[in-house]
Order: sequence, then C-alpha cells, then structure tokens
Amino acid sequence: MKKTNLEEVNRNIYDIKNEDKYDYKIKKGLTLTIVDEISRQKNDPDWMREFRIKALEVYNKLELPTWGPDISELNMDEIATYVRPKTKLNTSWEDVPEDIKNTFDKLGIPEAEKTSLAGVGAQYDSEVVYHSIKEDLIKQGVIYTDMETAVREYPDLVKEHFMKCVPIYDHKFAALHGAVWSGGSFVYVPKGVKVDIPLQSYFRLNSPESGQFEHTLIIVDEGASLHFIEGCSAPKYNKVNLHAGCVELYVKENAYLRYSTIENWSKNMLNLNTKKAIVEKNAKMEWVTGSFGSKISMLYPMSILNGQGAKTEYTGISFAGKGQNLDNGFKVIHNSPNTSSVVNAKSISKNGGKCTYRSLVKINENAKNSKCSVSCESLMLDDISISDTIPVNDIQNDEVEFSHEAKIGKISDKAIFYLMSRGLSQEDALAMIVRGFAYPISKELPLEYAVEMNNLINLELEGAIG
Amino acid sequence: MSNKLLEINDLYVNADEKQILKGINLKINKGEIHVIMGPNGSGKTTTANAILNNPLYTKKNGVIKFDGEDITNLKTDEIARKGVFMSFQLPEEIPGVSVTNFLKYAKNKVTGKPVKIFEFKDELKKYMEELNMNPKNMERSLNVGFSGGEKKKNEILQMLVLNPKLAILDETDSGLDVDAIKIVSKGIQMFKNNKNAVLIITHNTKILHSLKVDYVHVLVDGKIVKTGTQDLANEIEENGYEKYKMGVQE
Repeated sequence: MKKTNLEEVNRNIYDIKNEDKYDYKIKKGLTLTIVDEISRQKNDPDWMREFRIKALEVYNKLELPTWGPDISELNMDEIATYVRPKTKLNTSWEDVPEDIKNTFDKLGIPEAEKTSLAGVGAQYDSEVVYHSIKEDLIKQGVIYTDMETAVREYPDLVKEHFMKCVPIYDHKFAALHGAVWSGGSFVYVPKGVKVDIPLQSYFRLNSPESGQFEHTLIIVDEGASLHFIEGCSAPKYNKVNLHAGCVELYVKENAYLRYSTIENWSKNMLNLNTKKAIVEKNAKMEWVTGSFGSKISMLYPMSILNGQGAKTEYTGISFAGKGQNLDNGFKVIHNSPNTSSVVNAKSISKNGGKCTYRSLVKINENAKNSKCSVSCESLMLDDISISDTIPVNDIQNDEVEFSHEAKIGKISDKAIFYLMSRGLSQEDALAMIVRGFAYPISKELPLEYAVEMNNLINLELEGAIG
Repeated sequence: MSNKLLEINDLYVNADEKQILKGINLKINKGEIHVIMGPNGSGKTTTANAILNNPLYTKKNGVIKFDGEDITNLKTDEIARKGVFMSFQLPEEIPGVSVTNFLKYAKNKVTGKPVKIFEFKDELKKYMEELNMNPKNMERSLNVGFSGGEKKKNEILQMLVLNPKLAILDETDSGLDVDAIKIVSKGIQMFKNNKNAVLIITHNTKILHSLKVDYVHVLVDGKIVKTGTQDLANEIEENGYEKYKMGVQE
C-alpha cells in the first residue's frame, strides 16, 4: 500500500509545469474553421463532424448563465480548445514520453495501477496518452478505452448514448463541449459482470491558456457493477484555463455504479463540468466528490431516477481558500415510484473563500412513495469566508418523505484548547478537526485517495493560523 | 534532586475582564495527591485552566513553575508536552476522529516518539477493560454521543495512555453515579506512583473516600483560605463551606 508521510507532501507535485511541448495546438478562439479543424485532426466520422458543427451553432445561440459566480473573465477568443500532446496513445507505460511520464509518476498514477486498480487511463491536455485494463476484465467483455477509439470501434453503442444524457441544449458549456470535445474514457460493463476493483482516469492539463473538454461515457448494463474514479490536476498559470468536460453515466436495471472524483485543478481554472446519470429500475448510482482546486467551479452532478426503485447517493465536500468561488451541489429528479435519494454535502471555507451548495430536488407527480433526505454542513475557518446554501425543492406529490437539514458552523476555541491540552499544536488541532469534519467523505474513497484528500486538507491549512 | 513538581506563586487571573483568582499559592511535590475544594464560582476551574494557559483566561500576576521551569506563558500544547494533563469537566466532542486515532496522535506528540500500533492497541484495550469501558468506543468519534459517564472515563483513559507527570482532574467526579466514581478512583490509583502527582478539583468528597489524599485546600473567592489533610475534607462534608465563606470579606 502506498504510504505518504505528511512531511513529504508538497504543493509542487501539482504545480510542476512541463514545457508546453505539443504536437499540435489549435489557434485560440472558437469559430467554425477551428471546430472543423479539430474534427479533421481527430479523423472524426461524418456523423461526429456534423454533430460538432450543430453543437457550435447551439453554443452561439445560448446565453451565459445569469445566476451563480461571475464568469465574465472567460474569453473564448483566448482559449485554445485543442492541444495534442507530442505522443500517440500508449498501452505500455514505458512508451509514454519521459516528461509526461514523470508528471504522472509524481502524481502516483502508475503506482496506484499496480496496487489497487483494474484499469487506468491518463489524459494529458486534449488526448489520452495511456490506457490499460486488466486481462480478465477484457475476457469478461468489459470495454475500457479512450473516447476516440470508442467512436471508431463501437459506433453503435456510442451513437446511442453520446450526449443523450447531457444534450447540447442543456446549457452553453454543454454545447461548447459538444463542439470541441476531445479525449476522455469509454466504459462498458456487460450484463451481470461485477468489476470489483476500481477503474481510474486521470486528467492533467499542462498547456497554458487552453481548455480540457474530455468526454466520459460509462454504460453499466443490467445487473453489473463498477467503481470509477477520476482525478484531475493542473499547474498554475496566470491566465485562465477552462475545463468543460462532460460525464454521462447509464446505470441499467439492477446495476450499480459509484463515480468518485478528486478534483485539484489549479486555482486559475474555471471548472464548468457537466455530469449526469440516468438510473434505471432498482439500480443504484453513488457520487463521491472531493473538490479542492479551481478558481471558479460550477458543478452539479445529477441523477435522473427513471426506473422504479432507483436509488442515488451524493457524498461531496468542497474546500475553498482565498480567491476561490466553489458553486457546487447536486441535482436529482425522481421520475418513478419508490425511488430514493440521500445527499450528504459538506463545505469548508477559509481565507475569504466562498462555498455555495446549490441543489435541485424534483419529485414528480408519479414518483409515489419516494424518499429524499438532504444534509448540508459547512464549516468556516474565519470571519471573512463565506458559505451559502441555495436549495430548490420541487415536490409534486404528497406521498413522499422529504427532509432537508442545513448546519453552518465555526471551529470553537474550546475544541482547539481541548486538543492542545493533549499536546497538539494549534495547527495540528485545527487540521485534526477539519479532517474529522471531512471524514464521512474521505472514508468513502479508496485508501490512497483518502490519504491524498487528507494531504490536500493539510496543505490548504498550512499557514492558516497567523 | 528536587521533589518539587508544581509551584504556583501569587497568581492573579481574570476571565472576561472579571477578577477570578486573587493570589493563589500552591506547591505540589512528586508522589502527592492534592485536592482543591470550594463552592461554585470560587475559581477552581480557572486554576486548572490557568495552569494550562487557556487563552480565554488572562494572567495578571504570578508565576507558575513546573519541574523547575517557568511555564507561566508557554502555549498550552508546550505545557502538555512537558507533562501536564487536565481531565475536562465538559470534554469536547470531535466528530470524525476516532478515540484510537486521536490518542495515537496525541501520544506521539507528547512522547515525541513513533507509536507502535499493535502495542498501543493492546495497551488501550487493557486500560479500557480496567475502566469497564465498551471496547467498541475505541473506534467511535471522540466523545460524540458518549454519555456523561463515558466521557469522564474516556478522560481517565487518556490520562493513563498519555501518562503525564501531573494530572489535574477538573470535576471528573461530578454527575457520576457511585459505581462510576469507583472506576475513576481505580484509574487514579492505577496512574499514581511516587514520580507523578494528582490535583483533584471537586466540590464533593465522595471521590476522596477510596483515595489516600495528602493535602486538601479550600478555595473561596479566588484564594486558598485553608490547607489541611483528609480530615479537612471530612469536616467540609459535614459542615459545608459557610464557615470559610464568612471569613472572606469583600
């Protein structure tokens, strides 16, 4: 098992900038010519090329959201939407170029693959540079590959599902994604197959003033189960970077999917990601999210409970420091009888950081006997930080059980004194309380990621006491 | 070698601008058990907090020496690492931090040495059995959802594990039933040897019946008005504090 000592943790791991050594970087901005060029570079089939052009049209028609954090600093004319790293897709770690390999080595990706994962994908800028999957899963018919390969090799599966869960009309950045998407992972788990150790994709954006638009499409067929983990990071540049990925999850009858995310984008990133799951009869969808990075994040994973007895859980934590505005939350639509959802959202803000929990719970008229329980807790480490809760609850039938509980707290001096009286320094005491607050989320993560999350908390708290 | 462990000279302490301690003098030697008794509001808890330099209390005058060293203005954690421990009247709840992990971490901080996990768990288990504690509490969040009695026993457990030179027990007996008080006394007996000392702060005498106490101090209105032996505690049990209160003039 990977062992990380707190002393060894260093922000530098995340901030290593490699030379911006790309094979091809598209001109900045967004025009028909550019979208056409991306499509040509990627050798898209005709249907995908037409899809991109349609998405661009929709993008140009839609307005920016009129709510939430101010993202007016985003100027698409300054963002390069496609950066191809100087390598092809590799299936052997040895073949990945040295500088890229070093970055992922330092992030512990190949180590994690050896010890605790069933498959790994690693994306660098716009393209997946490495993919692997354990032999026995292939034998069982599990598909785990990069999205481009899937478009070529599994056109029927992709066509049936691609941007059907998140349509391009959803919002402006979904349309943008449709026009310029690149990279990402495709997973198909056949009926009844239980993948008992997790698959993981890691996304790294190295190139400055660029965007990452990876597409993740996962289909867990009837009675099958999967745990998928995504990790994201980027070094910090002075100009904004944009992340507008898209995650589409299909959880078929009696299937189970857990989707875990540790997001540590650099603090110049606008994270405008869209994630949705369609959950069928008696299936279960679980979201686990730790959100630490980004300058602005607008991220609201959504479960659509379409089948009778479908269930979903959301467990998430956001940690906003100075200059960060993290507008995160969860959306659920109860579309059938006997569906249930459980939300456990936490946030920590310090040094003037802002965390908002924004949510939607919609229980439709036909969703009789449905249950929804929401718990939001926020912790502010000082008087200048901000925490807010903006829930929208739309309940259209009487035969439901619904509860919403929100708590806002500060760290008490008494608790700090208590821990200090046991020999912990003030910083150690604060970190222990914050880690404890985050524990209900970190305990849902595989051990390495729980360690990483605790390390991120410790990093964020360094120097928190003046 | 000096036998002196704690020495408080002419200590004045304010809480929220209000003068609470008005010139405390106290000496505790290694191997001794001292008791501070006194009515509510006399300054008992303030004394304990002042020794550990709780920032919510302000020292106006006086010196506190521990093991020959001036600790008056050290930070709480530094004082703790020198070997002072306090059992809290109202122990704090820390969600998400298990008793085991907390104590392992604290022990490492206090001893400055790595904690051997299996040895440590065995030690913890042994103490928990002695204190009649549910072993499942080891993995529960520190004090969260513990009953009053469980919290107090958990404080005694921490004392045994961290093994300080001076243990201050602030009202550890209050709110406990007879059986729980017996267990707390047992914990103190297990802890006590001729190299360490105990300062018991209480307003009743039940806990003293099964302990051999060396000195009893009566604290009234921020001053120690009388020092005696176990007999003094017995006398107070019979007659209360009235006699001593009257002696104090505003």
